[in-house]
Amino acid sequence: MTTETVLEIRNVSKHFGAVNALTAVNFRLERGEVHALCGENGAGKSTLMNVIAGVLPPSEGEVLIEGAPVKIASPAVAQSLGIGLVHQEIALCPDATIAENMFMAATNRRRSALMNYAQLERDAQAVMNRLAPIDVSQKVGDLPISSQQLVEIAKALTLDCRVLIFDEPTAALTETEAQVLFGIIRDLKARGISIIYISHRMAEVFSLCDRVTVFRDGRYVATEEIADVTPDDVVRLMVGREISQLYPDKQHSSERLGEPILSVRGLGDGARFRDVSFELRHGEILGVGGLIGSGRTEIAEGVCALRPVTQGEIRLHDKVLRLRRYSDAAKAGVVYLSEDRKGSGVFLDLSIAQNIAALDLKALTSLGLLNSRKERVLAEDLTRRLGVRMGGVDMPVSSLSGGNQQKVAIAKQLAVDPKVILMDEPTRGIDVGAKSEIHRLLRELARAGIGILVISSELPELIGLCDRVLVVREGRIAGEVSGDEMTEEAIMRLASGIGPANGTNLKASGHAA
Amino acid sequence: MTTSLKKLLLGEQGLLVIFAAAFVVVSLTVPNFLTERNMLGLLQSVVTIGVVACTMMFCLASRDFDLSVGSTVAFSGMVAVMASNATGSIVLGLLAALACGAIVGLANGIVIARFRINALITTLATMQIVRGFALIASDGRAVGINDPAFYQLSLSKFLTVPTPIWVMGLFFVVFGFLLNRTVFGKNTLAIGGNPEASRLAGVDVVRMRIWIFALQGLVCAVAGVLLASRITSGQPNAATGLELSVISACVLGGVSLAGGRATMTGVVVGVLIMGIAENVMNLLNIQAFYQYVVRGLILLIAVLLDNMRSVAGRPRA
Repeated sequence: MTTETVLEIRNVSKHFGAVNALTAVNFRLERGEVHALCGENGAGKSTLMNVIAGVLPPSEGEVLIEGAPVKIASPAVAQSLGIGLVHQEIALCPDATIAENMFMAATNRRRSALMNYAQLERDAQAVMNRLAPIDVSQKVGDLPISSQQLVEIAKALTLDCRVLIFDEPTAALTETEAQVLFGIIRDLKARGISIIYISHRMAEVFSLCDRVTVFRDGRYVATEEIADVTPDDVVRLMVGREISQLYPDKQHSSERLGEPILSVRGLGDGARFRDVSFELRHGEILGVGGLIGSGRTEIAEGVCALRPVTQGEIRLHDKVLRLRRYSDAAKAGVVYLSEDRKGSGVFLDLSIAQNIAALDLKALTSLGLLNSRKERVLAEDLTRRLGVRMGGVDMPVSSLSGGNQQKVAIAKQLAVDPKVILMDEPTRGIDVGAKSEIHRLLRELARAGIGILVISSELPELIGLCDRVLVVREGRIAGEVSGDEMTEEAIMRLASGIGPANGTNLKASGHAA
Repeated sequence: MTTSLKKLLLGEQGLLVIFAAAFVVVSLTVPNFLTERNMLGLLQSVVTIGVVACTMMFCLASRDFDLSVGSTVAFSGMVAVMASNATGSIVLGLLAALACGAIVGLANGIVIARFRINALITTLATMQIVRGFALIASDGRAVGINDPAFYQLSLSKFLTVPTPIWVMGLFFVVFGFLLNRTVFGKNTLAIGGNPEASRLAGVDVVRMRIWIFALQGLVCAVAGVLLASRITSGQPNAATGLELSVISACVLGGVSLAGGRATMTGVVVGVLIMGIAENVMNLLNIQAFYQYVVRGLILLIAVLLDNMRSVAGRPRA
């Protein structure tokens, strides 16, 4: 293979305030290669891709295209340089048709001011047909998540790129859809297009890519030929330490089968999930896995009445709960911690003390007035127990790091003395150190008899932290794994709906963060 | 039966169906409604709202908001009258008015898009500033038009229909085309539907928003000139509350305040509903005070219907 560098990153750094998302990283992409980029969450992969695609400006360093330094000031500039990015998060206009979404970028680069719908739809359908037979005149908002992901990919294919970046493209895809995508990527590669492929799934990386670059904590670690390494090597580079130390000890098998705290029977909301039954037992951490959009969050919202349910029964300590709204659930002792911490988990501008007191203001008021001394005492007690690192309980929550913000969010829930806490992605966007503190905290709470249910997209977290894992697929519990059967492969199989018998053509994946 | 009726009312053309039904009922029951004279009067009464609604539709569709339109209409009308009085040239007066309107819009757009100030607050401020300009320029008094030729803008007729109605019709066609058939229109809907996605697709969101506001200012000036011509003077207090009528008409016409959704036919129907409601109440001699209540109720019902429509159409949302 001729080695011709298409894209080079030299000493690029990116700071967000005091946080260093990237520190002097280097990266080289050759013509016609598929280059995997691996690293734990928060390692800086997506940040680098956003720098390359003009979404974020780098704080320092330079980007070279075919040897010439370029300044990529906006996504439009990136596109004109032939760089396309398939985003991890779906970024589409719900009220526009698939065709319009796919060609939005191309339309904007064209000179003509008029839309040519007939041609637009014809071209869009031609591109879309390579991926899946979806009618491109539909509105994007009417599509299920996995199809939206396909539109996102199709959008990038419409650009005339020399570098195409895929940021976890298969996260919301089924196995067959993923296979189609891999075929297309190989095809693009054959046409001399360079691909950067970000994925947590080692099997994909090893079957698809030529080289792999590993990042850790915002720094470049190594670049290897895929042929020269094993998945375990890559994981070791990503983690930089032994994985087993990351998670607190699990329940002993002797403690298993504690009495149920929360039992859910045949729960359904008539739309997003149905027939959901499970038990959350004393002392355990119950994991809930499944693809994004599979209905995990909706089920948790249904349990605590944030979303109306049409059927089924919820029992708390053998008493049937009749919940009509979330405040009923909180009163009964079932609380929910949103995955969107900044959006609905904490009040960023209020003080730590005010945040912690937010759910239980009644207990702190006398004669209708808020007793701020009581509020302080409560906050100081809980922050000490949870080990929140802060200037003081009067500081606004926005002054804390992500991990400590999450602790405050948990403290807020603990203030009402809950019996069950439902946590949606409790460690998303939190650095590794704070993550393991939160894991330890959850384990302690479980030991203390609070039922803990953790929804997570991170398979290692589910496996490392939880005693049992329920896997949700298309709004139903597809299965449960525990003990030794708890592997990433088993969870992924259940989540994507492929039986345990087939799918063995995937190379074994030791671990993927 | 009930389900098909529900389907009809909540469907894509639900508003049009309701409008047609209301029109028939009103034509049959209200005396003097369906006469040429009344129809032209009705249309003439909605010219200001109709013209401004064209660009307000773009503004709302891109997730923005403009409260300054009423003031801009009054100010540019005032400028047109004063400038043509001073120079003796109506053309110069009109150009000055258009320039002033466009400048106000441009200023709105730059503050909102470039400096990222909330559109509601920004236009609330410019609404007062521009109204102030109109009052300062005229010393708070109405300024009469010197050259009678200026009246001809609104008095002249083409095929028995007054010019302002033609202008409104032309605007409906042009902006309908702009919204549906051009990249500009598609980008407007795109940045309203998902600004981040549009930015990532290479749409220059900031420039688009500035353009939309500038266009809005320009169109307000056209409405201002027509209004000044009709009331034969520049009135510093003209078009107060216009912004709310225009936004009501757009919302009635199914334009989403959350952005991303707008149709020209919807807005036309919205404008006509506003006009018919007022016209009918006048014909029936209903006291003006009650008209406020009725107008508010119509708006509320329209929004409730729209909400039901989007819930019915989007089970997954």
